[in-house]
Amino acid sequence: MAYLELKNIYKTYGTDENATEVLSNINLEIEEGEFVAIVGFTGSGKTTLVNLINGLLEPTKGEVLFKGKPVVGTSHERGVIFQNYSLLPWLTVGQNVFMAVKEAFPKKTKNELNAIVADYVDMVGLTPAINKRPKELSGGMRQRVSVARALSMKPEMIIMDEPLGALDALTRGTLQDEILNIWGKDKRTALLITNDVDEGIYMADRIIPLRPGPNATLGPEFKIDIERPRDKTEMNDNPNYKKTRNAIIEYLMDIGEERKSQASEEFVLPDVTPKDFVNQFK
Amino acid sequence: MKQSITLGKVTKFMGLGFLSTFKDLFTGKLDKDDFKIFLRKVIVPIASILLFIGIWHLGAKALYNIEADFRINKALEEQGQVAADEMAACIAAGEVSCQPNTLPSPGKVWASFQSLLKDHALISADKAAFIEKTAALNETRVAKGQDPIVYTGRPSFVDQIFRSLKTVFAGFFLALLIAVPLGIFIGLSPTLKSAFNWFIQIFKPVSPVVWYLLVFMIVKTLLIDSSEDSSFTISFISVGLCSMWATLVNTAMGVSSVDKDYINVAKVLKLGNFQKVFKVVLPSSLPLIFTGLKITLSVAWMVLIAIELLAQSPGLGLFVWEEFQNGANDSNAKIIVAMFVIGIIGFLLDRLMLSIQNWVSFEKTDAI
Repeated sequence: MAYLELKNIYKTYGTDENATEVLSNINLEIEEGEFVAIVGFTGSGKTTLVNLINGLLEPTKGEVLFKGKPVVGTSHERGVIFQNYSLLPWLTVGQNVFMAVKEAFPKKTKNELNAIVADYVDMVGLTPAINKRPKELSGGMRQRVSVARALSMKPEMIIMDEPLGALDALTRGTLQDEILNIWGKDKRTALLITNDVDEGIYMADRIIPLRPGPNATLGPEFKIDIERPRDKTEMNDNPNYKKTRNAIIEYLMDIGEERKSQASEEFVLPDVTPKDFVNQFK
Repeated sequence: MKQSITLGKVTKFMGLGFLSTFKDLFTGKLDKDDFKIFLRKVIVPIASILLFIGIWHLGAKALYNIEADFRINKALEEQGQVAADEMAACIAAGEVSCQPNTLPSPGKVWASFQSLLKDHALISADKAAFIEKTAALNETRVAKGQDPIVYTGRPSFVDQIFRSLKTVFAGFFLALLIAVPLGIFIGLSPTLKSAFNWFIQIFKPVSPVVWYLLVFMIVKTLLIDSSEDSSFTISFISVGLCSMWATLVNTAMGVSSVDKDYINVAKVLKLGNFQKVFKVVLPSSLPLIFTGLKITLSVAWMVLIAIELLAQSPGLGLFVWEEFQNGANDSNAKIIVAMFVIGIIGFLLDRLMLSIQNWVSFEKTDAI
């Protein structure tokens, strides 16, 4: 039995005539300790899929099973790193993390909780900024706080919804390494949602493309056979990497083409000729 | 790292940033760039104040002349040349009996202000003397179980200001106690929202005068056995009920429109309902709640005058009304003094709220 299992998931927003089916017939199995990446275009329903798995949304049809039990509501077992960090702006870095830790371990004393907070803030390298508010931090630092908050609850599975989407390439790279490091330490199960194929290949064991919505479904999976720890520069020369990358990009491009050709609506441009201003004033 | 508190920070925090520019002028810290700011922040306001006083002075003078000419002409038509000359001489000599009754000039207002302060000093001295005189007697009265004798003389202008402030703050806290919790409940529950919506929509636009009458009807009956003066009770309740709507609506709106991301965080962290409200919903709606409270305080101060007048509660409102009824020589000037005092206190109350807002809320608001 898989660790996380999505069975024939459908998700519809709205009712009756206004209903749009965002996800159709999603089937996914993730094994314990695996790192899976789902790659898709923007607006293809990635966030909806994430919210179904973390329990913020319920599927219209089908089942989400976590360790064999249906997912009902959110749980501390599944930590979420949100796309837009979602830090509470009125709390400091430490307080943001503390809030999560306190909920996850209600029986611990305040000193123990503070020790956990200090640990995780240190892990993401933000100890000097522990008393700062999110507003005073850069985007990369904010996302680190978000990572620390999610991990401090010691979840069994980490769900990441385009965690690095809003960051610049350099910060992205370092954070990718940090997340991989943390993941490698105790081999938690991880699900990464991203729109960056390279990021998926660098980080995941398996990549599954999400065909764009409405009626988004998962495409065929691509296994990444590159040994860990992976090195970004070396990877470029790895024949496996090139092959997989080309295959995935080709697949995604094909979907894009398909989608374009399906768009039957033709836009007629208005017939306008520029006014002859020069001659007008002669 | 401990942040030092400087005059600049404090004044900026309270929305009185222009004060620190003023300080820089005297400490010689002002360079060329700052000079432009200095011009804009200090010179321009002062110039506009002077211009305002100038226009006021000229306008008051013109009105004075119109009124004086009218009186002289009237005397001429009704009683003849001799009476007209007498009237002109009387006005020129500045005698009390024949002064034109119109908008007072800035000079007269200033003089009235000083006379009001003098009056306050007199009354205070009188009061102190009274308390001293009755101290021994009151002790024996209290020992016997009787009520002590209290000073029942006329309140001074300053006493009336404090009475008004007391009424406004009592009303404001009543509004706060009703509107904030109610707003939170309405904002959290769509059911309560639809239950209260008609109530808010209908009572929000009701005028202060009607609120006063309504409160009067109820309080009068409730305190029917009490021999005490109920004017304070009636006026502060009316002020509170008039002014609470802005806070109620803003709180409900703030609470119901919390950023969805924060709600998701609360869900993912599995916060309990109590925790969710106090750790996520309330902090994130604080800026809106404070905007509401700021409006409430300024509305409270504004309606106070009308309500004190109706309730015969001895504050600034009653002062204005009594001076108007009084029709003494300097009544108009005293009314203008009251107007400025009301305006300046209103401004200071607004700044007070802004300071509290910046103190408790994560979003810093700039002064307008």
